[in-house]
Amino acid sequence: MHTVLLLADAPAQTLPARSMMAFTLASHIILVPLGVALPLITLVMHGYGLRRADADALLLARRWSAVMAVQFAIGVVTGTVLSFEFGLLWPGMMGRWGDVFGIGFGVEAWAFFLEAVLIAIYLYGWRRLPSRIHFLLGLPLPFVALLGAFGILAANSWMNTPRGFTLDPAGNPVDVKIWKAVFTPMFGPEYWHFVFAMFVTAGYVVAGVYAVGRLRGRRDRYHRLGFTIPFTFAAVCTPVQFVLGDSIARQVFHKQPVKFGAMEIVWKTDTHVPEYLFGRLHPDGTVSGGIRIPQLDSILAGFRPDTQVTGLTSVPASDRPTATQATVAHWAFDTMVGIGSVLLLLALWYGVLWLRRRRLPESPWFFRAAACAGVASVLAVECGWITTEVGRQPWIVYQNMRVAEAVTATRSTSLWIMFALVVVVYVFVFGSFLAVLLRMRSRWRLADEQGGPRPAEGAPGPDTPETDTPYGPRSAGSRL
Amino acid sequence: MIAGVIAVVLLLAIAAYACGGGTDYGAGFWDLVAGGAERGDRPRRLIDHAMEPVWEVNNVWLIFVLVIMWTGFPVFFQQVFTTMWLPLALAAVGIVLRGAGFALRKPLRRPAGRRLYGAVFAVSSLLTPFFLGAAAGGVASGRVTATTTASTDVWANPTSLLFGLLAIAATAALGAVFLAADARRFAAPDLDRYFRRRALGALAAVAVLAVVTLFVTHGDAPHVWHGLTHGVGLFFVIVAVLATLATAWLLNRPSGAWSRVTAVGVVASAVIAWGMAQRPYLVPTSLTVAEGAGAHTTLRWLAFVTLVALVLVIPAVALLYWLDTHGELEGLTDADLRRGGAGDEG
Repeated sequence: MHTVLLLADAPAQTLPARSMMAFTLASHIILVPLGVALPLITLVMHGYGLRRADADALLLARRWSAVMAVQFAIGVVTGTVLSFEFGLLWPGMMGRWGDVFGIGFGVEAWAFFLEAVLIAIYLYGWRRLPSRIHFLLGLPLPFVALLGAFGILAANSWMNTPRGFTLDPAGNPVDVKIWKAVFTPMFGPEYWHFVFAMFVTAGYVVAGVYAVGRLRGRRDRYHRLGFTIPFTFAAVCTPVQFVLGDSIARQVFHKQPVKFGAMEIVWKTDTHVPEYLFGRLHPDGTVSGGIRIPQLDSILAGFRPDTQVTGLTSVPASDRPTATQATVAHWAFDTMVGIGSVLLLLALWYGVLWLRRRRLPESPWFFRAAACAGVASVLAVECGWITTEVGRQPWIVYQNMRVAEAVTATRSTSLWIMFALVVVVYVFVFGSFLAVLLRMRSRWRLADEQGGPRPAEGAPGPDTPETDTPYGPRSAGSRL
Repeated sequence: MIAGVIAVVLLLAIAAYACGGGTDYGAGFWDLVAGGAERGDRPRRLIDHAMEPVWEVNNVWLIFVLVIMWTGFPVFFQQVFTTMWLPLALAAVGIVLRGAGFALRKPLRRPAGRRLYGAVFAVSSLLTPFFLGAAAGGVASGRVTATTTASTDVWANPTSLLFGLLAIAATAALGAVFLAADARRFAAPDLDRYFRRRALGALAAVAVLAVVTLFVTHGDAPHVWHGLTHGVGLFFVIVAVLATLATAWLLNRPSGAWSRVTAVGVVASAVIAWGMAQRPYLVPTSLTVAEGAGAHTTLRWLAFVTLVALVLVIPAVALLYWLDTHGELEGLTDADLRRGGAGDEG
């Protein structure tokens, strides 16, 4: 480890830079589950529709494509902002470590390129391409999305368990070993935990829309199908995710013990460590509030009550999260685990009933829970991300570079102004996104209630639906 | 050696973004100046329709550029983003507003809403290339250095301003040439004429600005000026001039075919000429390619990753453009999204 700069005070830029990064990432991460897993769910529905010549399934797949078109566009631009922010906010990190861990982004960039191409063909191929070719051209989409996630997660897990380099006397990385830098110890656990989080979240979010419809009395086949396929998908992934989540926590315990100490607010290294559900860690090491379960933390970490758990005080105060940061990571961690457990129960309810009676649950409480599952799983994704990022503090590159060393030299006033501007822009963009989705939904519902296609009307006003696009070889002159 | 290869890759990626993204920004520029809701309706419809399937792909080149910068030349990336903080931050905000404005305008029906998102899209289409061009101008004139911190002078100087304006003019020219071709494809001869006239105007602006830039760089960015007037740099300048003349000539011919190729030639060779003129520097006279390069292993892997990318991405992009120009790609309409709608056959 190179000479540790003892920075008594973090520079003034750190807070705005951190807030801006946190805000933009927290916003972008809402779109990620849909970006990674919605194409897969849509393709399942599409394939089902083609195979059974099912008009309802095809209609659902087409409507999800229309949602995907807007969501993907917003994901592209908010994602581009993040790559700018690496330079705008953390030039110190990129300048020193860019060539060590950047290659993951290289993979991500071209995977993303392919994804953009394929998604364009899929979204705009519905009308003109032969149906089978259209479907086949869509098939690589989920794989490309997983490849893109590979690049991002390789970079993030490197920040957690950096390796694949040696430091020269000046503290600069030399002798880079790419393979080791990509496949770091935390990579595997993080990657699979992330991928299944995306599957689960996208499934519950999509199913939640139709659960609400069911609660409002729409029980037709269209709504049943729109609920069943994504919900089954998510319910199957939920237990897997539970196991993966348990395993990543144990990996953190082994590979980043201080972070684990923060997640579980363990102050002193000890055996027979109790587990706290929530609760608050104070700077003097005491814990107030929360539910204390004796021995459980040691048991969870090593399956035995006499497992030794490393506490926060095992490293100097400057090398570990503050009491507040530890409490934040702990709350986020507990919330994520709590939501995961409730979702597991919901999935079991669904699975047991399906295996024994081959039908959907009837209880409105099931559908109420399913309607909340989407929001809850997005919340769990946010919490998981907060756990991993806040738990790593004060390091941006674990034990190698502090956040304060990486931050830009730009004046904090400029950063605050830019942050305010970004907040305004994002509120506008995400607010409009939501408004457009709601608008689309009510337009479709209106069309469904009127039933059947209406005959094309003479002069479509601004509010009447378009029956045809204004340009195109086959419709040339139709409205010119 | 490998650093030189990656530098060429970076330059080509910038050229690709200038052409792909540039066409896209140009469409936004013409959206901005298309006039009132009534008068601008048809050009805007064409812009919407032509941009729709390809705009995201066009803009992914930028991510490529950034990734190659920070993986291949981390120090360069750090210096550029530290000194050019404000223009790059504004460009990022512009990119968000632009993409979101465009994507959200489409599903809206009411004119008021369409106008708001359309205005957001069009204005940011103008500002984003300006700020990106200004940042490039700061690099070309050597104002990016290890010791400079962000200040107004590093990007509000003659070279930066001219690069910014040149970026706007070049995107406008590209956009108009491509939109004219789209109008021909969609059999709208009046829009073809409309955009051809604008393409010629924008080309004239590019030519004037280019000449002014050459004079200004003489004093403000001497290294680049020397590079542009000698050797390989000069060669690409000549190619750019010839491509400009060819584009103007083709735009005056009835068929207008190949004008897209020559227009891309103008922008690509101008960018390459600038890159060649900077040799051997990433930032003229303070940071050479060799000094700014990252670890050798990384560069070799980056070259490999790029090669794989080319093998996979080029056919995919070619397929997309082929499908697009053959009218196979079209957005879903409301009729397709209705029960028993037009798309039920699959």
